[in-house]
Formats: sequence, structure tokens, C-alpha cells
Amino acid sequence: MENFTPVASTIGGVLIGLAAAMLFLFNGKILGISNITAELLNPRWHGKAWRLTFVAGLLAGGLLLQLIYPQALSVSSPRSLALLAIAGLLVGYGSTLGRGCTSGHGICGISRLSVRSLAATGIFMATGIVTVYLTNHVFGGGA
Amino acid sequence: MGLLMVFLSGVLFALGLGIAGMTQPTKIIAFLDIFGDWDPSLILVMAGAVGINLVLYRFTLRREKPILEDLFTTPSKRPINARLAIGAGLFGIGWGLSGYCPGPALVSTVTGWGSVLTFVAAMLLGMLLFQWLQTEEPRPVDAAQGSGQAESSCG
Repeated sequence: MENFTPVASTIGGVLIGLAAAMLFLFNGKILGISNITAELLNPRWHGKAWRLTFVAGLLAGGLLLQLIYPQALSVSSPRSLALLAIAGLLVGYGSTLGRGCTSGHGICGISRLSVRSLAATGIFMATGIVTVYLTNHVFGGGA
Repeated sequence: MGLLMVFLSGVLFALGLGIAGMTQPTKIIAFLDIFGDWDPSLILVMAGAVGINLVLYRFTLRREKPILEDLFTTPSKRPINARLAIGAGLFGIGWGLSGYCPGPALVSTVTGWGSVLTFVAAMLLGMLLFQWLQTEEPRPVDAAQGSGQAESSCG
């Protein structure tokens, strides 16, 4: 547990929660990244303006992190490029089919006391744990 | 004004992810590695985010409408079905394989680093594949329950 970062992770979590709460209070929108991204890919224009603006904010936040706290943005991965490509497909397809990811189900859904989101979060945590167990301890790291 | 708040929410969300350690895939993998050198930090990220939202969500819903718009767009009630279980299951496998979920991956594209760009390109392709292959999930009968609420999905 030597990499445990209780203070930074709690502060970061509160900021994440505030971002979601503010989007709901001011704009009435649920902060769910997979929904925001997937809706930007469909051909209808409807509902794109706020989603594009949100993604622009995410990227601006990323650039700000690069300036003030560059070590936050990893440029090394324990996994091979091929594995990352497969993972990306599963994350994209799975979060669209399940209508939510870590932000929409894991944070917003649970905060709204949605049993559906609680179930989704339990399931993706479970398959994530099994996947890491198999990759790290059975198949030797996936590099 | 409305879009400015959306933009600021995006900036704050990205900063929160970075400070929390969510943009470091090794940290996410270490959180999921409960049989190895476990890093429980993500529990505190969730606790912080859900804790503050649990309170503020309730506070916000006492209003008739959001401050800058006319409607709250909350997800419609749907059953816990096979789509949800399979979707969440596949998502978790991809999350465990890479250590990336969609938000941190998008934020990390500013580094221009090939691995994260590969992940994001594949993720967008996965979303497009779903849209090309899908048969629309039937809308629930009670989709329009509640006043002033429109339909959307969670995340």
C-alpha cells in the first residue's frame, strides 16, 4: 500500500463531485463522460453544443494540469499497445451498451441513489478486479 | 453564460481527476489489484465525489429548474437488465486491462502520447460500433415520469 494517497485522492474526489454538482445545479445535466462522448459521435446535431463545450473544458483542464502538475498525466503504461486498443474497444462499446461509466454510474448514479447504477458499478468493479488478477498474476503483466 | 458554466465544470472535473490520481493508469490498476500490492486511493475518490454530490443533488432537486436552464435532464427509469450487466461487465474488463476509463483518457490526450491516443481512438470506435450495430433499446413506458424532466443516459 505504499502508493496510497489519501489526502490528494479525497481532495480530487471532492473536486470531481463539485464539477458534477455544478453541472446539475446550473445546467440540469448529468455529468457522464461516456454519454457525452457517444452522443457527440451520432449524426444528429441536437444536444451537441453543451457536450462539445464540456469536452473543450476537459481538454483545457488537461492543459492546465500539464502546466501546474505535469506528473498527474502519465506517459507510461504497464500494458502493450495492442492490449490498450482492445481495452479501448471494450470501454467504448461496454459503456454505451450499459449506458454509463465510472462518472455517470459510479458517481452521479450512486449519488442519485439509483439501484441500477449501483448494480452497474458493482459489476464493472468485479470484472475489473478479475481482469487485473488474470492479467497481473496469471498471464504475467500484459506488457 | 450556461455554456461558460459547462466549460468550467469540465475544467474542474479534469483538475479533480488529475489531483485524485485517476489519470495514472498504474494507480487504477493498483486499485483493482486487490490480490497484489493494493492501492485503496480510489475508494476515497469515490467517497469524496459521491459524498459531496449526495448532499448537493438533494439540495438542487428542491429547485423547480436549474439556475440557467429550463429542465433537469435526468436518466429515465430502466430495469436492471442484461444490457446493463453485459455493458458494465465489458466496460470493467477494458478498464482493468488498461487502467483508463473515458474521462481520464480524454483528459490525458493533451499529452499527445501514442498509447493514450490509441486507447481513445479505439474507445471512439467501440462507441461507433455500438451505434452501427445496435437495435434501439425500447423506451420504458414511464420515460416521461415527473414534471420538467427529460430523458438521457447516465454516463
